[in-house]
Order: sequence, then C-alpha cells, then structure tokens
Amino acid sequence: MSVAEILFQVLGVTVVASPVVLLASLGAASLLGCRLSEAVIVRLTQASVVCGLLPAVAILVLMLVVGTRHVTVELGHWMEIPQEEFHFRLEFVFDRLSIPFVMLSYLLCGVVAAFTRRYLHREEGFRRFFLLYAIFFAGMVLSSLAGTIETLFLGWELVGLSSALLIAYFHEYQNPVRNGQRVWSVYRIADAAFLVAALTMHHLTGEGDFSVLMGAGPWPEGQAAISPQHALLVGSLLLVAAAGKSALVPFSGWLPRAMEGPTPSSAVFYGSLSVHLGAYLLLRVSPILDASLPLRAAVVVVGLVTAISATSMARVQSDVKGSLAYASLTQVGIIIVEIGLGLRYLALVHIIGHASLRTLQLLRAPSLLRDYHAMENAIGSRLPRRSSGWSRMLPESVRRWGFCFGYERGFMDLMLDNWIVVPFLQLFRGADRLERRWTDWLSREPSRESDRIPLHPESPGRNLV
Amino acid sequence: MSELHLPWLELSILIPLFGAGWVGWSGEGHSARRHTIAICTMALLSAIGEWIDFNSLGTFEAHDHWDLIGWIFHREIFVVDELSAPLLPLAALICLVTVLSTTKNKVDRVFFAQTLVSEAMLLATFSCRASWVLVGLLAVATVPPWLEMRRRGRCTRIYTLHMGVFLGLLMSGWSLLQWTHRSGEIPLLAGALLTAAVLLRSGIVPVHCWITDLFEKASFGTGILFVTPLTGAYAVMRLVLPISPDWALQSIAVLSLWTAVYASGMALVQSESRRFFCYLFVSHSSLVLVGLELATPVGLAGALCVWLSVGLSLTGFALTLRSIEARIGRTSMADFHGLFKQMPTLAGFFLLTGLASIGFPATIGFVGMELLVEGAVEVYPLVGTMVVVAAALNGIATLHAYFRIFTGRGRLSAVPLLMGSSERVAVLALTLPILLGGLLPQFQVASRYHAAIALTRQRQLTDVSPVPMEPVEDAAEENPR
Repeated sequence: MSVAEILFQVLGVTVVASPVVLLASLGAASLLGCRLSEAVIVRLTQASVVCGLLPAVAILVLMLVVGTRHVTVELGHWMEIPQEEFHFRLEFVFDRLSIPFVMLSYLLCGVVAAFTRRYLHREEGFRRFFLLYAIFFAGMVLSSLAGTIETLFLGWELVGLSSALLIAYFHEYQNPVRNGQRVWSVYRIADAAFLVAALTMHHLTGEGDFSVLMGAGPWPEGQAAISPQHALLVGSLLLVAAAGKSALVPFSGWLPRAMEGPTPSSAVFYGSLSVHLGAYLLLRVSPILDASLPLRAAVVVVGLVTAISATSMARVQSDVKGSLAYASLTQVGIIIVEIGLGLRYLALVHIIGHASLRTLQLLRAPSLLRDYHAMENAIGSRLPRRSSGWSRMLPESVRRWGFCFGYERGFMDLMLDNWIVVPFLQLFRGADRLERRWTDWLSREPSRESDRIPLHPESPGRNLV
Repeated sequence: MSELHLPWLELSILIPLFGAGWVGWSGEGHSARRHTIAICTMALLSAIGEWIDFNSLGTFEAHDHWDLIGWIFHREIFVVDELSAPLLPLAALICLVTVLSTTKNKVDRVFFAQTLVSEAMLLATFSCRASWVLVGLLAVATVPPWLEMRRRGRCTRIYTLHMGVFLGLLMSGWSLLQWTHRSGEIPLLAGALLTAAVLLRSGIVPVHCWITDLFEKASFGTGILFVTPLTGAYAVMRLVLPISPDWALQSIAVLSLWTAVYASGMALVQSESRRFFCYLFVSHSSLVLVGLELATPVGLAGALCVWLSVGLSLTGFALTLRSIEARIGRTSMADFHGLFKQMPTLAGFFLLTGLASIGFPATIGFVGMELLVEGAVEVYPLVGTMVVVAAALNGIATLHAYFRIFTGRGRLSAVPLLMGSSERVAVLALTLPILLGGLLPQFQVASRYHAAIALTRQRQLTDVSPVPMEPVEDAAEENPR
C-alpha cells in the first residue's frame, strides 16, 4: 500500500469516525444519566466538526495532487454470510459528489452548532438538542460518504429520527409534537420505499455497492448494470423515498410543519442539508435514472410540479419560516428537474449554493422583524408592497383560487388525510369495535377494563405511589 | 451426542423450581423480592454458562454432564442445540429483568413464586425437543396465568376457551402424529392440528384476542413472562416445521403476514398502553413466524435474529410501560401525559427499545429485519414488501406512543417518579445487548445462520422438501461460529 493510500485510509476513517464519536459520547452520557455541562458539549461538538472537516479538506487536496477522482475507504464487513453471498460492507466513497456534500455538511453543521450555543443557552433542552444534533450529524456524514446502499440507508434513518424528534423539541406543546409525528410518518413511508428499493437492487445485482450498481467509472460517468425495466422499478421506489425526504409532491405538506422546531434545527434540516438528501440520493443513483427514459421523465415532472406549487405556496405564507420553507422547496424542485435532465454538476452546485443561502436566511429569521422595524423607522413609513406584474394580468377569480391553493398548501395534506389516513384509521377502528363485540360476547360481560381507566391518572391527587 | 462440561440445563431449571418453593414458603414481602432476584440471577448465570459451554463445543446439539434426568428415565429429555442455545439465556434474562423492575409497592410473594415456577417451565420448554415432555410443558405453562386471573377475581372465559382449544389441538395432533409415525402414513391431519394449535398459541389473527384479554386481566408482569419469550414460535420450530410440506408453511406465512400488518394497524388506533403493546407484540411475533415459514436459510436466519431482538426489545418496552403503570396507574394514550420531565431515563429507554423492535440501525433489530426482508424478497417479493409495510406501521405506532406518554404539558406529581436502582440495573441489562447486538452483529448472524442451516437440513431429512440435502458437518465447517 503506498503512502498516499495509507493517508487516504487514515483521513477517511477520521472523517467518518468524528461525528460517530461525538454521538457515542453524548449518547453514553445521556444513557448513564451523566449531565454534561454546556461548555463540555459545545467543546466536544466543535472538536468533532474540526476533526472531521480538516481531514475532508486534506483528502480533497490529496486527490487533486495525486490526480485521482475516486477513493474508497473500507472498514470491512459489518456482517456477512459468505455462503449466501450476503454482506453488509462498511464502505465509504470520496468522489466528486460526496466530497463537496460532506464538506458542506461539516461546514453548515459547524455554523449551526456555533449559533445554537448562544441561541439555546441555559435552555432546558440544551443537552437533548445536541444529542439529536449529533444523531443528525452522524447520519448526514454517513449518508454523504456511503459507498453501499445499505450504509446510505443507515445514515438516512438516523437523519429521519433526529428530524422528527427535533421538530417535537418544544414537547410540552401539542402542535410541534403532532407535526413531529406527521413528519416521522412520511419518513417511514419513504424509508420503506428505500428499503424495498435497496433490497430489490441487492436481489437483482447480488451487490449493494454503488461501484457495482453504477458501473466502473467514477461519478457521474458510471452506467447502471440493470435492465431498463428493473431501473424503472427500482428508480420509482427511490423517487418515492427521495420525495418523502425532500418534501416533493405529494409529500410537501410536512415541510412547513417541520418549522415548529427550534430555528437552528430548521436551518440545518429543512433549509440546507436534510431537505437536499433526496436530491443527493437521486444524484448518487443517477446512472439508474439514465437507464430508463420514463423514469427520467417522472423525475422531471415531480420536480416541476413541486417547484411550481411550492412557489405559489411560498407567496401566501403568513410566517417567515413557512415562507422560507416553501422557497427552499421551490429550489429543491428545480434541482430535481436538473437531475432529471441529466445536469448533474449544475444540480450539485445548485445544492451547495442554495443550502448556504438558506441556512443564512433561516438563522437570520428570528431577528427579521426587528430588521423590518428598523428599516420602517428609518424611512418613516411602512415598507412599500407591490404585487407582481404577472398577478395583475390574471383575472380576480384565478388569483383568488391561486391564493386558496397556496394558503391551503396545495390541498395536499387534506388529500392525504381524506383519502389515505382517515379511511385507514376508520378501517382499523371498525376492526377494533368488532373485536370488542367478540370478546364481550365470549366473556358475557364488558371485557375491556381499559375502557374505565382515567384519562390523566398522573394528575396530582390521583397518584397511586 | 456431545456433552456439556457441567449440568447447566438441569441447574437452570432446578434453581428456579426449588427457589419457587423457598420463596413461596419462607419469603415475605421485600425479602421474597430479594430472594427471587438472587435465584433469577443464578438461573441466568447457569443459562449463560450453558451458552458459552455449548459454543465452545462447536457442535449442533449437546446434553448435560451428569444428566440425572436422562439417567433416571433412560431418555435424552433436556438437550440444547443451535436453536435453543441463545434462547435459554434470553428467557432467563427476561425473567430476571421482570423481577428487577417490579417496584417495591407491587411486592407480592405469590407473584414471585409463580414467576419462578414459570421460569423453570420456560427454561425446561426451551431445553426440550419435540416430545411428549414438550407438549406437556406447553400445556402446563398455560396454568399460572389462569390461576392469577382467578386469584384477581377476573373473568377467565376468553383465556380458558382459547387455551382449552389450544390444548385439545396440541394433544390430539401429537397423539395422531405418534400414531401415523407407527403406521408409516403421511401425517397431514396431525400436522394440520399441530399447526392450528401453535398458531393459536402465537396469537395469529383471528385467534389473537386471548393475548389482549390476558393483558387486560392478568398483571402486566405475568403477561410479559407468558408471551415475550415467543414460546409459540418455539413450538412451531419443534412441532410443525419438521413435518409440514412447503405449501403448508406458505399458508402459515401468509396468515402470519396478514397478522403482522393487521396488528400493526391496530396498534395505531389503540388508546391504552397495554393493548397498544399487545398489538405491537403480535405484529412483531408474526414477523418472526413469517421468516420461520420461509424455510430458506437467509429468511430463517433473519427470523431467528428477529426472535432475539423482539425478545429483548419488546420485553424492555413492556417493562418501561409497566414501570410507568406502577407509578401512575394504567396509562391512557388518548391524550398527552408529558412524563418526560419526571422520567427522562425511562423515556430514553422506551425510545431505544421501541426503535430496536422496529429494526432501527445500530440496534439489535436492524440486522434481523434486513435478513428477514432479504429472505422474503428472495422467495416472494410481495411478502418482502408487506414485511416492510408492517415494520413501517410499527415504527409510526412506536413514536406515536412515545409522544403520547412522554410529551405534552405534564401534570407534576407530588412525589418523585424517577427510576429505582434495581430498575436501572434492569434497563442496563437490556440496553447492553440491544446496543452490542446492533453494533457488532456478526456473532449473532453467524450463529443464527448456522442454526438455520441445521434446521433446514433437519427438515430435509423428514423428506417434506424437494431441496437436495447437504450434510450439516459441511455447513458447520463452511461457517464456523
């Protein structure tokens, strides 16, 4: 093994291990009931970001010096059954796609951690926030560098869990919790699609490695080793997974709900990194998209519909974070269109630029009102508001409908609720009623003691302790 | 047959059995609890000793050194093999943590004695292969919950009816099987009767209502001990798998899959924590059965891994609910309780065990679920998809329960609700294998795959499967544990 290869291995392992060590430290402390001080948590986080970012930059420089475009860091088999050719390799890839994305992840996570240090200073949930942040951070780095689809799924799941729990960060209020639950539900559907896609791909090709799935060339030059029909099947599942993660149509409704979390998490999740993870997935599997024209067309259509609907929604939101969320989604939709059209480098640059801008905007959002007041005080009147030329050209009825469409978030939540969630729950509530009748009949008396329990047995005065 | 270095099996069975007598007659209140913890710990150590000893032998099956029962009856009654080796420590651990997490205000001498008797029967069951002794143990194990419900003055009609049918099917099926073996006929009817019996014991829809009824009317601890070791799945492995043709296994797999999806949907609409747990458990245990009936090495290995993960994680999950119940009473899930502030460790443990049960990465459930889905996709892609759907619904239900119990505006209790020291030990005892099994899964996977290969071979020996036979020694050499 040459010196360069050894260096690549050492640096690569450091990039991956850094957030994992942070997660292990904060997780162990939490599990053992050890209350770390704010200063210790912040130092650990800073150390983790620096220890991961610098080796990532060093790998980039080294790759430019050596002239290689694809570096693989193998940590061996996490598990394997050689007889069945079943293995789960911990393999990480540094290439033109993953290096910019992992550096972006490190940079933005570092910025957001620095911001949060003051933003949540002496807040009761400070430790909880940073624990969930560490889960997210580890998930993002693992997803960005994943060399196998299973590793990508591992990181993907970590990002999903931390997202849902951070949306419910203010957990004494019901709305954030309900929204966290909603986002988790959408994520589980997306994860299910991802898992089926991963296993189908594994089943079709016998491998989960991207290098095998996407051909020998470094990204983006690979060619998928599956037929167009299989590409359409697997790609459609991956598109559903990406749509769930990046809030594309028809799952867009969860994005403004996710803004219930604290501003730093909104910035890092839904402004910059997490919301682009679906786009990243599509970029990573872009050779599969190339293998099927109908699949590419579907990607373009989903992106286009998302962009158009999100821009109309962004214009009528009454809160700044909601407005920014839909503005983000508009850009994500355009990025998806770019991916569908095969403009991969453009999509990558678009992701980086958009994520950075949106992080800044979201972190500035809490002080935006003060800025507006300052501006209005300076000019001595309200800020002028003008409607666009386009809207003046439209008839009143269309404008009114457009407003309703945007304000009701494209009726997407309503449709999902009315057509899927409510019938599903009604079906099982009906089954529950049938079961009750059956057990009542069998026991010749009301069979459920659980019907008689108080709603809030924990209320003072009711304690059994 | 290989021989263990010590009589681990007999020790692990006799310690709780004699311990039950000791606690029943001499112990009172808190001392009974302490004695029970000590006895369960000794039983666990014996079971772990058996597991380590068995692994060191590198064989498919082994019996005790100084096999007293074998010497008396001239038969190998208690035998450990690849399937049961890790199940014995799992069962002993479940009993220990259940006792450890019994809060001091719930101290009941009879409960502890009954727990020890149940533990002895459970360990004896997992040490038995298909025989009249196994059938007898499966039958006798149904008695302690029934006695407890009677003692608590609850209606036992549903439980009695289901378990009565179970016993009838089991006994008649086994009798018929013995008779057909002697006459050389194909045991189709016997297989059908045994299958119906074990499906009932496993809580397959529509004969699952006895589980919810048991949790409604018996104590939570008794319910946990009766269902979480998955004795029904063990009965499937010993009594049904070796004799059933492929089409019969496929039918069971379809029924189990239907149960998994149905129960996960039902878990979403429950408004009380015990019933919620029941459906979550039924869904997971059915997923184990789906894998067992796939009868392919990967699917079977996945099911065996999920078995361990479900045993550990759902026991932990149930114990968390039980601890909450011990503090505030039975918990409604119709509204938010906001208990996070008062029990943060329990909240974390609840989430960890819940996530482990749905196969979240870095927990013990992840590997099993991956293998299970992989095995299912290999045989029937639609089945694999439905397994993923059931897991997704369980995931939604788990977080729903977490939010309902631990979030919201809490009503601060007048007394502290933090965990006691023995509860902390119980949490730690379950957390360690859940995380270690998730972070270092290879040992578990290799061991379960080896067991799956051996079980597949056993099944081929009975000539119900058209797959060509492969000597188990070869498989053992290819995949040393």
